[in-house]
Amino acid sequence: MSSVAGFRREGVEWISEATGTRWVPVIGLEVHAQLRTRTKLFCGCANEYGAPPNSLTCPVCTGQPGTLPVLNGDALELAVRAALAIGAEVAPRSKFDRKNYFYCDVPKNYQITQYDQPYCQGGGVELPSGRRVRLNRIHIEEDAGKSMHETEGVTLVDLNRAGVPLIESVTEADLDGAQDAADYLTALREILVYAGVSNADMEKGEMRCDVNVSVHPAGEPWRTKVEIKNLNSISNVVGAIEHEIPRQIAAWEGDGPDPVQETRLFDAAKGATRSMRTKEGEADYRYFPDPDLPPVTADEAFVEAQRAALPELPAARRERYQSRMGLSAYDAGVLTASRDVADFFEAAARLSGEPKEAANWISNEVLRALSGDELEAEHIDELPLKPFDLAELIGLLDKGVLHASGARQVLREMMRTGKAAGELVIELGLEQVQDDGALEAWCREALEARPEVAEQVRDGKTKAVGALMGAVMQASGGKANPQKVREILLRLIGVEE
Amino acid sequence: MSGESGKGPLDLGAAELREALLAGEHTVVEVVEAHLARARERDGELSAFQFLDDERALARARELDAARAAGEPPGPLFGVPLALKANMCLAGVETNCGSRVLSGYRPPYTATFVERALAAGAVPLGITQMDEFAMGSSGENSAYGCPRNPWDPTRSAGGSSSGSAVAVAAGLCPISLGSDTGGSVRQPAAFCGIYGLKPTYGRVSRYGLVAFGSSLDQVSPFARNVRDLELVLETISGHDPRDSTSLPLPPFEPERPAELMRLAGLRVGVPSQYRGEGLDAEVGTVCDAALAQLESMGAELVPIELPSTEHAIPTYYVVATAEASSNLARYDGSLYGARVEGDGSLQGMFAATREAGFGEEVKRRILLGTYVLSAGYYEAWYGQALKVRTLLRRDFERAFESVDLVAGPTAPTGAFRLGEKTSDALEMYLSDVFTVPASLAGLPAVSLPAGFLPGDGGLPVGLQLIGPALAEARLLRVAAAFEAATDHHARRPRPLEAGGVA
Repeated sequence: MSSVAGFRREGVEWISEATGTRWVPVIGLEVHAQLRTRTKLFCGCANEYGAPPNSLTCPVCTGQPGTLPVLNGDALELAVRAALAIGAEVAPRSKFDRKNYFYCDVPKNYQITQYDQPYCQGGGVELPSGRRVRLNRIHIEEDAGKSMHETEGVTLVDLNRAGVPLIESVTEADLDGAQDAADYLTALREILVYAGVSNADMEKGEMRCDVNVSVHPAGEPWRTKVEIKNLNSISNVVGAIEHEIPRQIAAWEGDGPDPVQETRLFDAAKGATRSMRTKEGEADYRYFPDPDLPPVTADEAFVEAQRAALPELPAARRERYQSRMGLSAYDAGVLTASRDVADFFEAAARLSGEPKEAANWISNEVLRALSGDELEAEHIDELPLKPFDLAELIGLLDKGVLHASGARQVLREMMRTGKAAGELVIELGLEQVQDDGALEAWCREALEARPEVAEQVRDGKTKAVGALMGAVMQASGGKANPQKVREILLRLIGVEE
Repeated sequence: MSGESGKGPLDLGAAELREALLAGEHTVVEVVEAHLARARERDGELSAFQFLDDERALARARELDAARAAGEPPGPLFGVPLALKANMCLAGVETNCGSRVLSGYRPPYTATFVERALAAGAVPLGITQMDEFAMGSSGENSAYGCPRNPWDPTRSAGGSSSGSAVAVAAGLCPISLGSDTGGSVRQPAAFCGIYGLKPTYGRVSRYGLVAFGSSLDQVSPFARNVRDLELVLETISGHDPRDSTSLPLPPFEPERPAELMRLAGLRVGVPSQYRGEGLDAEVGTVCDAALAQLESMGAELVPIELPSTEHAIPTYYVVATAEASSNLARYDGSLYGARVEGDGSLQGMFAATREAGFGEEVKRRILLGTYVLSAGYYEAWYGQALKVRTLLRRDFERAFESVDLVAGPTAPTGAFRLGEKTSDALEMYLSDVFTVPASLAGLPAVSLPAGFLPGDGGLPVGLQLIGPALAEARLLRVAAAFEAATDHHARRPRPLEAGGVA
């Protein structure tokens, strides 16, 4: 985290250079994540990103008079999986409420949400630092549309997003800095993506964050909290928190007014928050149970079915990769950073029977290629290379058909063209020479050219054989199997290994 | 135009009309033309319809005649003219709910119950007048005109489904649909001398009925005889996956008892609370006679108590207005309906649209509903109302342990004069005092023609029968027995007698 003038940072504390006071931040996050359903929460319109404005609408999600909402069962299933993925409790009975407020991107002028009986309570998320962030609740709600204030007096509204299913998760105020917030969002995103609940792509607005921040001198009670709304990237969350903490401290310490309970917006361009409305300006949402929707029931059988459908989550996978497959903690981390990569790895490991090899090839070659710009693909699932292809390549290496540098060459071509490894080996002329007669001939040539090396080897400097191997490899045009060459050379020199 | 039965198509009920059509006595086009002509002739005076949709109705009639000629099986409402209340969505037809704020609004979709009626062969003639957003008991709260009671045009037809009641009572169509939130079908049925049935909450899909009080609203038919009422309920009821509050049940099936007029063993609960203060003495006398009639047919009258009844009106006006304040929030000029730009800001447009678009009663109820849901007041008002609602339900549950149905007057008075109650909202609200309890409890209730007042030019009086949840068949069986034993239902308003049957 950056340094801020006027403060010294010690652990979580911000020490004011002016007063010497040690300030402790208290932070909680509210995260909206779009559920990955085929259709919207209460109607049959497609839940899709990027369609022409208002093309994904119907009488229900445009709030036409007389229409009624019908809960999308898939949304409930995904929401319950999210709850289970963070170890939370699913309420056997919850209900939907109406949150009443007038705005042009809310076609009914109320939002259907869950107020005092959310479907999920508790749970928590582990951060890499070891800290556990507790969740207070998760509830299901419908998204609003998108309004764009074009020029003065013109507002355009796109209702494609209106009625898209969201889950809003609310943490306890367990975080104490921007790093925590960033770690939490990363971890939560990972869980939601793994669980198949949400794509949680912040750039597409599939995951959005509100931050609650307050500061207090160490050892004193908590003070007034401020909400910063609509943060749409982790860097904005970090920026907003890093700005808001010193702003609040300065306000407490200065002669001006103390911080008030309010809602602020973060201006990423200026790197500053500004007031949107104070508590007095808050709407009275007049929540009441939505009479159009019966209570939601999630009985044990339903919850257990969702648990069974839940894929293994990243922490469990990392643990298994290390304990059962012998991977390093680092490799396990790299491979589980995205579910697609982990799934790819597991398939390749299973098909090849060589988890370590599969891990090495993926993390050293495939992921590196994806992060560079020689390939069009950015994600592993966009590659023409499939786990089966990688397993085949590993098999060819094992059998000695290919050596490592040849395999790298083949892999690059596989990622580009999707051709099979065997085919490429022939196409690129990379088959290793397995014929002992030919290998022995090259070895004899090398020994004759450098008799002094054979002497060194006989004297015990086995390593020196490398020089001879280099010569053989050169003579073979790189196609000799190094393992075999070594064996033959040592045999010809008359040394036992 | 008179058939072998000696009756013209204008004199027939829905079931009879269908039979006449199938017997080849008339074509659907003839039937529809006759009703449109009658409606056009009479409606200047009655103002039942917002508009008649001749073109659509005749096109539909021709389709049905052609389908019949092609040998397609006729639906249960084949060729039957139908009137729809102005809060029912029919794709492309203006659905303004009697409000300026929805003037010109043509829904892009058709309500489930309308689809079902159409599929059964019904022919919508037009859209009827109603109190704005179904808020009212007299028909006077409409931006588009106030229907007249066909028994006395100086009097109210009741509300809010005023036009649909008048259309059936005056013979402009044999059946119509209204919506009943706190009595909006039963009370006008009583005022107009016809049958009105509010089904069990959830019997009929609300998809396509513009919401007023979502936990109370039910689409409800009007008819001039019990069989027609059953026919309509059979057609429009049954589960609808588009309405999560619709009950997971097949369509309603009527009982057809072997001995229609025997009511032996039937226990009829007569609540003391339905005969107290505010009940017009003459209305009470007519209802007593009707109850005595039931008794003479073998029913046992059992005095019962529904002690929470006195809280029903305040409870209703909290629950219904709370829901309405939220349901009506969407009318802000941004997506559909009327728009008033105001000061140019978004909030300004919302405010100006709503200020100009809503009538006084609707504004009053939105304010009331907004207040009872406000932070700090919620528990005292809305929360409390929900508790009382539970008590009202329990009252009925307890009663139905010892009786089969509950009977009493539908409304405390006969049709009152137009303008008589407009200055006093509370007095207007009290005309729903007997209908609101069944609404809050979600129970089925029917208003049937029970007799006539001796004075006031012989205005009709309605008897209300309330049953346990899903006991429509029982209610209608009793109503049919009463119908068979009396002729109140057969008496028609005078102008109709004069201009009707030869």
